[in-house]
Amino acid sequence: MILKADSISKRYFRPTGQANYFEAVKPLSLTLASGAVTVLMGRSGSGKTTLLHMLSGLLTPTSGKVLLDETDLYSLKDGALSCLRNEKIAVVPQGRSAVDTLTALENILLPWQLCRKNAPVERAEHWMEALGIAALRDVPAKELSGGELRRAAIARALCQETPVLMADEPTGDLDDENTRLALSILKDAAKRENKTVLIVTHESEARAFADEIWKMDGGTLHPEQ
Amino acid sequence: MKTASLSLRNLTRRPGRTWALVLLTGFLSLSLFAGSVVVMSLQSGLNSLEARLGADLIVVPKAAQSKASFQNIFLQGTVGAFYMDAELLDEIAATEGVAKAAPQTFLATLKADCCSSRLQVIGFDQQADFTVQPWIVQSSSRELGPMEVAVGSSISAGVGESIRIYQKSCPVVARLSATGTGLDTAVYCSMETMKTLLAAAEEMGVSHKVTADNSDGVISAVYVKVAEGADIDQVASSLASHPSWKTAVVQTRSMITGVSDGLAGVSSAVKVLIGAVWALAFVILLVVFALLMNERRREFAVLRLIGASRRKLARVILTETGLVCLLGGCLGVAVGAALVFPFTALIESTLNLPFLTPSWGRILLIAALSLAGTVLMGMLSSARTAWKLSRVDTGSILREGN
Ligand SMILES: Nc1ncnc2c1ncn2[C@@H]1O[C@H](COP(=O)(O)OP(=O)(O)OP(=O)(O)O)[C@@H](O)[C@H]1O
Ligand SMILES: [Mg+2]
Repeated sequence: MILKADSISKRYFRPTGQANYFEAVKPLSLTLASGAVTVLMGRSGSGKTTLLHMLSGLLTPTSGKVLLDETDLYSLKDGALSCLRNEKIAVVPQGRSAVDTLTALENILLPWQLCRKNAPVERAEHWMEALGIAALRDVPAKELSGGELRRAAIARALCQETPVLMADEPTGDLDDENTRLALSILKDAAKRENKTVLIVTHESEARAFADEIWKMDGGTLHPEQ
Repeated sequence: MKTASLSLRNLTRRPGRTWALVLLTGFLSLSLFAGSVVVMSLQSGLNSLEARLGADLIVVPKAAQSKASFQNIFLQGTVGAFYMDAELLDEIAATEGVAKAAPQTFLATLKADCCSSRLQVIGFDQQADFTVQPWIVQSSSRELGPMEVAVGSSISAGVGESIRIYQKSCPVVARLSATGTGLDTAVYCSMETMKTLLAAAEEMGVSHKVTADNSDGVISAVYVKVAEGADIDQVASSLASHPSWKTAVVQTRSMITGVSDGLAGVSSAVKVLIGAVWALAFVILLVVFALLMNERRREFAVLRLIGASRRKLARVILTETGLVCLLGGCLGVAVGAALVFPFTALIESTLNLPFLTPSWGRILLIAALSLAGTVLMGMLSSARTAWKLSRVDTGSILREGN
């Protein structure tokens, strides 16, 4: 599936010198192709998370459109957009994203269970195995470490089996070995399942796994040579 | 998995938080239930008393008014009697503006061998009466038979025992609930019984005849309900001014002003109190749920992130609160019932006010309403949080606290 951003921008209300708003993302267009890993880098505060949220249907842009194939995400009603997120766009958000009262496995299956589909337990176990957290299957999420939670979130996004997967600093809490493992699994998923993958990261190692690299700077996007 | 089981897991896997909420809502429903039962008990106690005093006017012989004995009998429980010709009843009933007229005949017993003790006996006409009968009905479902008596709450004789009045043995068939007035120290019987008792007293030399040819017998007072729309003062003056009756008219309004003012004060104070409890309960729940839900903003944003719609999220939140409030509500009602019902006598003597426990049907209704109120308040408070949460883009909530 092709995800296309058509001159999207995001302004936040924040009195600055010249205006009473702050433009976190300046109008930009971007196309993410399927089967490819796109890596988005850039300094802290440059607008990466804001852009990722807009692309994944979590944050309404101030202007512009986000199109998934022919569907304009933000023209959808809440129910339809939620459903679309569940089925088409998996997101690994920055920071903690587990429901504390559930176990690791329950968290990974939650997207399926929320929409009353048969939960693919075996597939969940497969991804946990691949990411090295199989032993944590029945451990409550509140007991997991930062790196374990990170990998559980990646497993959840992969298990969601969506054509689009976006990860915001998926390797933030991971050691070098696990960083490489996670990135190669994401790359593998893009290639094997023809997924559209977007990875926001500071990790320079990610360059090796990228088909395309973009750099954000003060709300604008530049291709990196 | 349906959303309900997610709610259930959230509750069972955070037992500390869940029990704290159950206790809080339980406490609220307890105060709602127990408070409402006490208020309703007081209210029905007050109502019964008001019904006791429910006549607009009381016609008594002129002599009674001058001795001020009527008020004493009524309010302080002094023993005494006065009589007028029973024929007057029909004339009073026929007076313009009179809707109901019910006669009563008093008899004072003696502190002598013939009687159990010195008592005020009040005979009332079971057909015409509108003040005593509704009261007796609360304690005994049937009318008083020949020689049967009902006793006020301050009289020591119990049901099944007998009271001796001028050598006649009168079985006690009912004990009346307290009214807090002199009526509690009296013994009540039917007019027919009263005629027998008067004759018995006559035999012992205590005469009640007003005139030589007093064939219809005697009555002591006529309780008058004024017709709707008629002017009480006007009816009173036309009843008092009849040249040949030699009657006086007591306006109950003036007689019991002090009492009823007190009652009105207490009942409105209690109503304000219960209103305050409800308002406070709502505010507390609102704040607590807002705080708890706010703490879980990120958890809810994650649910949105993986595809829960606003509606589904609201369902998860509302199911959770609904279950908590239901559990707490039931607990509160149960504890409230255990606290109030065994101690009604204590409450009554502490408040020194008439206290009539409502019927089971009404109690169940109060229980259901307290439960519904608690659940509704809890749901409303968390619905407010759910609504506020849905106003914000999920992306914005997700970045909080990172
Ligand atoms: N709700 C908001 N209100 C005001 N300003 C905001 C809001 N959200 C983001 N910003 C600002 O927008 C800018 C971009 O934020 P964003 O989170 O997209 O950066 P980032 O590139 O993801 O940073 P990092 O690498 O640290 O995660 C920041 O300067 C931030 O302060
Ligand atoms: Mg970021």
